Amino acid sequence: MSTQPRATQLPAETLRRWYRQMVQIRIFEEKVQELFATGQVQGTTHLCQGQEAVSVGAIAAMRPGDAQTNTYRGHGEALALGMEPAVAFAELMGRATGCAKGVGGSMHLIDFSKGNIGANAIVGAGIPIALGAAMAFKMRAEPRVALTFFGDGATNIGTFHESLNMASIWHAPLVLIITNNLYAEYSALRDTAPIDDLAKRAEPHQIPALIVDGQDIEAVYANTVTAVERARGGGGPTLIEMKTYRYRGHSRSDPAKYRPDGELERWKARDPITLLGSRLAQAGMLSAEAQASIAKDVQEEIDSAAARAAQAPYPTLEETAPYVYAD
Amino acid sequence: MSTLTETRVTDRPNAVVEMTYRDAINLALKDEMTADPSVVLMGEDVAASGGVFKTNEGLAEMFPGRVLTTPICENGFTGVALGMALLGMRPVVEFMFSDFLPSAGDQIVNQLPKYRFMSGGQCAVPVTIRSISGATGRFGTQHSATGESWFMSLPGLRVCAASSPAAAYELLRASIRENNPVIFHEHKGLYARKGPVIRGAAPARIGRAEVLREGRDVTIVATLLMVERSLAAADALASEGISAEVIDLRWVRPLDVATIRASVGRTGRLVIAEEQVHAGGWGATVISELTMAGAVWRSAPRAVSLPPDLCIPYSPVLEDAILPSVAKITDAARSAVKS
Repeated sequence: MSTQPRATQLPAETLRRWYRQMVQIRIFEEKVQELFATGQVQGTTHLCQGQEAVSVGAIAAMRPGDAQTNTYRGHGEALALGMEPAVAFAELMGRATGCAKGVGGSMHLIDFSKGNIGANAIVGAGIPIALGAAMAFKMRAEPRVALTFFGDGATNIGTFHESLNMASIWHAPLVLIITNNLYAEYSALRDTAPIDDLAKRAEPHQIPALIVDGQDIEAVYANTVTAVERARGGGGPTLIEMKTYRYRGHSRSDPAKYRPDGELERWKARDPITLLGSRLAQAGMLSAEAQASIAKDVQEEIDSAAARAAQAPYPTLEETAPYVYAD
Repeated sequence: MSTLTETRVTDRPNAVVEMTYRDAINLALKDEMTADPSVVLMGEDVAASGGVFKTNEGLAEMFPGRVLTTPICENGFTGVALGMALLGMRPVVEFMFSDFLPSAGDQIVNQLPKYRFMSGGQCAVPVTIRSISGATGRFGTQHSATGESWFMSLPGLRVCAASSPAAAYELLRASIRENNPVIFHEHKGLYARKGPVIRGAAPARIGRAEVLREGRDVTIVATLLMVERSLAAADALASEGISAEVIDLRWVRPLDVATIRASVGRTGRLVIAEEQVHAGGWGATVISELTMAGAVWRSAPRAVSLPPDLCIPYSPVLEDAILPSVAKITDAARSAVKS
């Protein structure tokens, strides 16, 4: 793990905001499960409970004008970037008020106006796309940075290595974030890669790498902001491996029975929301009562957002046609 | 190398200049890069020595920082082009051989054409893929495909194919200006061909075929190298008293069914001349579309194509033998008229 000091000097207001954002993602994902069970969300979903600190902490390191790509497990990043839960739910419910007008669904919570330029259903595909954004910034000499979130499984696909190679030779303002949750779909990392620390994959590409405790939002933020600002200053790309865990299976249909006994419980003992909550309570920044109150507020916000989304109209094929070709 | 001289001559707008197909591509790139600073050229070996087929002569010097040599990683650098396009650039991506397009299969099939759609129309994807295609070069089985129909079933994508210097100049400029992804096919067997090009001529209209020769008895539709062979066949047929109409398809997607339908409405006979296997290609689709539209055939449509169960061989004798020739196209048209 990185020995980078924690950003303990961060304002209480920032830490409280992060706490709320993580709770929002957690409750949003739980609501998605419920909506799936009642058929209001169909197809498939890939939930990110357990990984909230990576989404919120890394995205907090972005500045306006920066861009990022994420994946089909991207609800956390979309919400952390400020997507309204009602807009996200509408997308999951296939409604016209969704961020992608209902044509994208759970795997494509995209909002260009918030720097969210991609949520991709193909493993590894978003990595070169983020690199292209970074190259556009570099070619125009703009002080902007691109981030790309992807899973441990994506480090086995060609575009990962191709992108690291190109980012390195071009010195691109790119921050690559591996959300290493130990499983590539149904398969354990130990069965699909010969190493435990995927950050090592940066070394042959001559890219600096960091290994970070992905459950500790302050560590996530501190390391990401270092990489982002280095990139912005012309220092080139960084690969960050966030060690984390997903509490649910790969997708809706996966009960995750392949996990060894006790593993889930061990990770839950280091739950990112609980970790920050304990720290804030100890520091007198956010009491247990205040935390309970946040959870209650967020639950109401999420329930209300889902209810509003469920009232939204479905899109028509006529209004969908112009999404194929730009004028 | 005649490029520099030719280019200097054509610095005058609207000048009609005889130039090679290679120089027409160079001029289209130069004109678009001059007109729009967001246009960049990228791909394998694009900067060094003007590129592998010398189409990029002088561009790296004229446009510093805008001719980007990539490592050999088609899927990766096509994704990079997409990301650039999302942030306001207009990349032109050179594929050294069409045969390498499948190496970028994910980006070409799942990303470029779908990206705008799956975001609910939030973005445009102005990426041009320059696909260097075609046989006759003795490049063997993996360097000779046209690939012109491989991606014709993808909503969101445009596909065009240039048959002459003028077509190359007009189609490439239209492709670069288009706000949607385009695969522009250029045939490496045509690079040395000369023809008139009007500098500053309007870019080609998307999805518009061109009637190159009018005729009464039979319609021949072709792309790329097969266009000049079809025109030669029309000459041969004329000497036999058969009047052939020759259409350069230009766009594989969208297909200009209306122009072909109007022609076949007069001739009642159709020959497809294609440097590809017939099944699953634009030729088969043209016949299907016309038939569904109620075309009245005076004789069955014919296709002069690559053999269905042979790969393109290296041996010059064999490569020549399998390609549609002037004689084969002439025979097919004659048989359509005489049957």
